[in-house]
Parts: sequence; C-alpha cells; structure tokens
Amino acid sequence: MLAQLFTSFIATAAFGILFHAPRHSLLQCGFVGMMGWLVYYWTTDSMGPVSASLLATVLIGIISQSFARLYKMPVIIFSVAGMIPLVPGGMAYNAMRQFVQHNYPQALELAMSTLMIAGAIAVGLVLSEVLNQIFRNIRFKPQR
Amino acid sequence: MNNHSYPTPEIIEVCLLAGKLMMQNGAETYRVEDTMSRIASAYGISQSHSYVTPTGIFFAINDSEPAKLIRIVERTTDLHKVVEVNEISRKIGRGDMSPRAAVTELSKIERGPLRYSNRVQLMAAALASGCFMIMFGGVWRDFPAAVLCGGAGLAAVQYFHRLVKVKFFSEFSASFLIGLLAALLTVAGWGQMMDKIIIGSVMPLVPGLLITNAIRDLMAGHLVSGISKGADACLTSFGIGAGVAVIISYM
Repeated sequence: MLAQLFTSFIATAAFGILFHAPRHSLLQCGFVGMMGWLVYYWTTDSMGPVSASLLATVLIGIISQSFARLYKMPVIIFSVAGMIPLVPGGMAYNAMRQFVQHNYPQALELAMSTLMIAGAIAVGLVLSEVLNQIFRNIRFKPQR
Repeated sequence: MNNHSYPTPEIIEVCLLAGKLMMQNGAETYRVEDTMSRIASAYGISQSHSYVTPTGIFFAINDSEPAKLIRIVERTTDLHKVVEVNEISRKIGRGDMSPRAAVTELSKIERGPLRYSNRVQLMAAALASGCFMIMFGGVWRDFPAAVLCGGAGLAAVQYFHRLVKVKFFSEFSASFLIGLLAALLTVAGWGQMMDKIIIGSVMPLVPGLLITNAIRDLMAGHLVSGISKGADACLTSFGIGAGVAVIISYM
C-alpha cells in the first residue's frame, strides 16, 4: 500500500517533467496523481475498473480545478499528469498480445474493456468540469 | 475598454503568436481561442473570430483587416510555455503591456529552451517506468530492468525523432527496442515478469496529453481539432502497439 502511494507520487511527478510542467507545480502534480491512483486502487476490486476509473478521474478533475484556481495556472498541468496512471495501458497491452497470438474472442473482449475504461476517463474529466461550472453558476447567480 | 488604440495589424500579430505558441505546446483548443479573443478585447477590439485547428490558426478582426492564417507544423508538449503565454495574456488583460512589448516577450518564449534538459527527461522517464511497473503489480526485483527499458525507450524516441521526421517510425522503433530489451533481460534472468516490464516502460510514450485534449476538444464542440488530435493519438498508440507486438509474436 505504502509502495503504491510512493510510486504513484513519483511516477506522476516524473510525468510532469516529461510534459515540461513548471518546476514549482511538480509536487502538486504528484499529489493529484497519488490521490487519483489511491481512489482507483481502493475501489477497483469492489466496483470494477470502469467505475473506479470514473470515480478517480472525477476526483482528479476536482482537485486539479481547485489547484488551477489556487496557483493561477491552466487546469491541464495538473489533470494530465494525474490521469496518466489510469490510462488502460496494461489492458491494451494484453489485448494486443491476444491479437498477436490469434486469440481473437479474448482479444476483442479486452479491447472493448479498454475502450470502456478510456470512455470512463473521458466522462470523468468532463463530469468534473460540469460540476465545477454548475457550482460556480449557482454561487454567482444571486449577484446578477 | 482600453482607451489606447493600437494599430490593428500589431494586435493581430500578438493574438496569432500567442495562439500558435499555445497550440504548439499542448494547450486545449478552447483555451487557445479564449486567450486570443481575450487579448483582442483587452486591446479594445470587441469582435474577433478565430478558427483553431492543430495544424493551423485563422484569425479575423472586424471588416477592415483581412483574416490571417498561421501554420503550425510541429507540435510538442511543453506546458511551461503554455503557462508563460497564459501569464502574458493576463498581463495584457490588466492593460500592462503594449502589443509591441507582448510580441517581443512572446518571441522570447518561442525561442526559449526546453524547461528540462534531455538528461533530466530521460531520468524522469526511467524513474516513471520503474514506478509504473510497481503500480501495475510488478515486483521490486524487476525495478532495474524497467528503469533501463523505460530510459532506453525515451532515448530511442528522441534519437529517432531527430533522425527521421516521421513520428510513427520513431515510436514504432522505440517500442520495438523496449520489447526487445525486456525480452532479453527476462531471458538473461534480470527480469521476472516481461509483461509488466514492457507495460511500465511503454508508459512514457503513451500519448496521454493528446488523448485528454482530444476528448476535451470534442466535448467543447471543437470537432475538427478533437478528431484530428484523436487520430494523432490513435496513430501513436498503434505505433507503440505494433512495435511491441512484433516482439511478442516471436516470443
């Protein structure tokens, strides 16, 4: 568990470097990635990878948006490094492996799951943004 | 509204340069358009139209000036430059910067070196590969192998990209190299789980930013940008997959 926390923090911060994120945002990148991975890791056994990815990306989006406002930087800096661990790389790899070894039914099954997870990540990102917009609009309405 | 009035061509130049820099370095399309129209309105132009795609930006201001086009050839990921452009656009929004000063600043950013040197990037990729291997259920014994493969993979991408300008080829060869190295290390007894090592090492090549941006663009209604970024991401993933697949098919 501790190893997971540690490695996910390092891995996402390192991804921040690969994306040339500003130096003083690397710790925040690592934090966002760690929180996302933590949620995914805890919930994936009980909820399945698709819902777990959705939940984790919504959280990543919310944290990134708060950080973006706090540090006055584009959201993308925090969210992109954070969602990298959730990208279904392993599953895509297994799907490809089955394709190469001519196990087509299994390969298709894995490919479909990969697509589902990718879709969940997409929905999660948009959902967090929509939540943010709704929240802001509700808060600002009385002033209009 | 601002009471200075600057010549329109200068304003157009600032907008286009800012837009180009952001698009080249991995910003989302809606952010590019938003920044361009904000800069224009800060300089007192209430109506501006921009059409942003990953390969070119069109920008038009009122009727008197013709629309201008700027071509975007190379796209990398350098979020630091996006942040810097963002800061300049904030400054312009506050009315602290004339178009001429902004152009100088923006060209300084354009010529600026990458934030992190290649060596730092290599170390980051190597470290990330090892960590991803652990996160995806690998064992600590494989850590050095994953670090080695991940570092070699990124080095190969950077090297081949300088050698040939075909992105697909550099990604294909890099993942081929990763697969080969992982297989050799496993055979030599340096690694136990070849699959995990490969998955971890391939992660630095995965087009994460492109995928996110493609989705964001599509949802924001920038259909052309979204689809072209998505196609780019698919091509990259396919290159990575094909490179590894060659190795596993011979295992």
